[in-house]
Amino acid sequence: MRYPAAALMLRMLLMQTRSELLMRWRVPAFSVTNLALPIVFFTFFGLPVAHVRRGDGVSIGAYLLASFGAYAVGNVMIYGFGIGVANERAMKIDRLMRASPLPPLVFMLAKVVTALVFALLALLLLVGYGAVVGGIYQPPAIWAMVIARLLAGSLPFIALGFAIGYLSGPHAAPAVANLIYLPLAFASGFFVPVGQLPGFVQAIAPFLPTYHYAQLAWSALGAGSETLGTSLLWLAGYTALFLTLAVRAYRREERAKFA
Amino acid sequence: MTPVVELRAARKRFGQVEALKGVDLAIGTGELVAMLGPNGAGKTTSISLMLGLRRPTGGEARLFGFDPADQRARSRCGVMLQESGTTGVLTVRELVDLFRSYYPSPLPTATAIARAGLDAKAGARAGTLSGGERQRLYFALAVCGDPEALFLDEPTVGMDVEGRRAVLGSIRALSAAGKTIVFTTHYLEEADQLARRIVVIDRGVVIADATPREIKSRIPSKRISFNTGAPVSDATFRGLPVQNLEVADHRVRLLSNEPELVLKALFERGVAVRDLEVTGADLEEAFLSLTTRP
Repeated sequence: MRYPAAALMLRMLLMQTRSELLMRWRVPAFSVTNLALPIVFFTFFGLPVAHVRRGDGVSIGAYLLASFGAYAVGNVMIYGFGIGVANERAMKIDRLMRASPLPPLVFMLAKVVTALVFALLALLLLVGYGAVVGGIYQPPAIWAMVIARLLAGSLPFIALGFAIGYLSGPHAAPAVANLIYLPLAFASGFFVPVGQLPGFVQAIAPFLPTYHYAQLAWSALGAGSETLGTSLLWLAGYTALFLTLAVRAYRREERAKFA
Repeated sequence: MTPVVELRAARKRFGQVEALKGVDLAIGTGELVAMLGPNGAGKTTSISLMLGLRRPTGGEARLFGFDPADQRARSRCGVMLQESGTTGVLTVRELVDLFRSYYPSPLPTATAIARAGLDAKAGARAGTLSGGERQRLYFALAVCGDPEALFLDEPTVGMDVEGRRAVLGSIRALSAAGKTIVFTTHYLEEADQLARRIVVIDRGVVIADATPREIKSRIPSKRISFNTGAPVSDATFRGLPVQNLEVADHRVRLLSNEPELVLKALFERGVAVRDLEVTGADLEEAFLSLTTRP
């Protein structure tokens, strides 16, 4: 038997996830950014135009809730993993973990589960806020599909977050994450619809991972501009790219610290 | 029987620096071993190889007969590392609880915290602990899984007297209960108090591996100091059992295990000895004479 008994593994995963959840919750840099920021942004960008209808009949309020949902999940993944992993490396938490019996895979899995929980929480808060404050309604089944697609489609951003975390130091990581994620989010029409962006940005938007990610949510509302298959293909490609980057960065770290 | 931990001709090179130059070491079940040596001697590197945190550039490391990185070996060990950290936002109790979950049959949380003498701080977040308390937290994390073997890298560094006493007492109790314990220190006194076997390591080589009594018998026990009538040179002391010889004009200071023999020889060689003082040597200072050979 290579690993401890399955029961022990499950216990490790539960305890590790519990600890990760507590840590994320207690660090305002994560909890506030993850949960409150999307709502604050939506208040400024989304609420004023919430009840205007788009050409396809979908309310701009619902459309932007889906956009900010995409922004929120990307936020949780890229900042959570990017800054989180960079900090843990700087604090040498990885060294103690490495010497402990906790399998590295369980350590990573707990982080992913935690991030998904926070992403779900951020999405539920957004949808609830939109309904209560903005009077924006959609059938629950539609919101459920938006949420399920955004969570399942977040894989490339988990990989990108890990890559940033392994490639940058704790001081650089927030800047690197911002410099990568904010332009991506703007250019993909998360805050302002793509049609209202400068011409050259409109031209590059269809090549960005965030653009195709948001399409998952928009098309669930009936407001997408490409087929689900196209979105998934692009996201699969970016997942492969970011995962390769993350694995290379991880291996580089392994060689430097644990060889 | 398979040793708990074994290094066979282990070498480790970091760039241009050869930190370990071929170390052979086997530690059996129930042993309490001190790895003793000055800073930079290779103690931490040895522990890193034993735990699979580093890979040997030559030779081999085995832990419970396995590759040290193997989960089957890891789950039988508790470790306390010098260069490691933990999150500051979890409490002592939460962290101990977390580390307990890594082991098949851990101690009760309260017991682990008590072994580190941290009861009063159980509800405190790790980030609010003092350096010594933090060190005791790492000790609690090392013992909470009730592992068969403990690896403690400089366990008492930065601790106050009370913390030191708690941790040293726990190490003794764990050893009495049959645990295998390897710890590093640069204090001979600490090694002597605790260990039944001392491995002295210097510049990447094991220079002694014996009981505390044997080690102490090898290091000079007396300090001799005196003034001379006429200036003397190092040559005056040729062939005599002296160490750490310092000759400054009329003033002579040296360490020796055989002060009578040295003084007799000096009288015979016609050295005029004045203001003679023979005292017990400072243990730590004398120990350094063992490691800093030319």
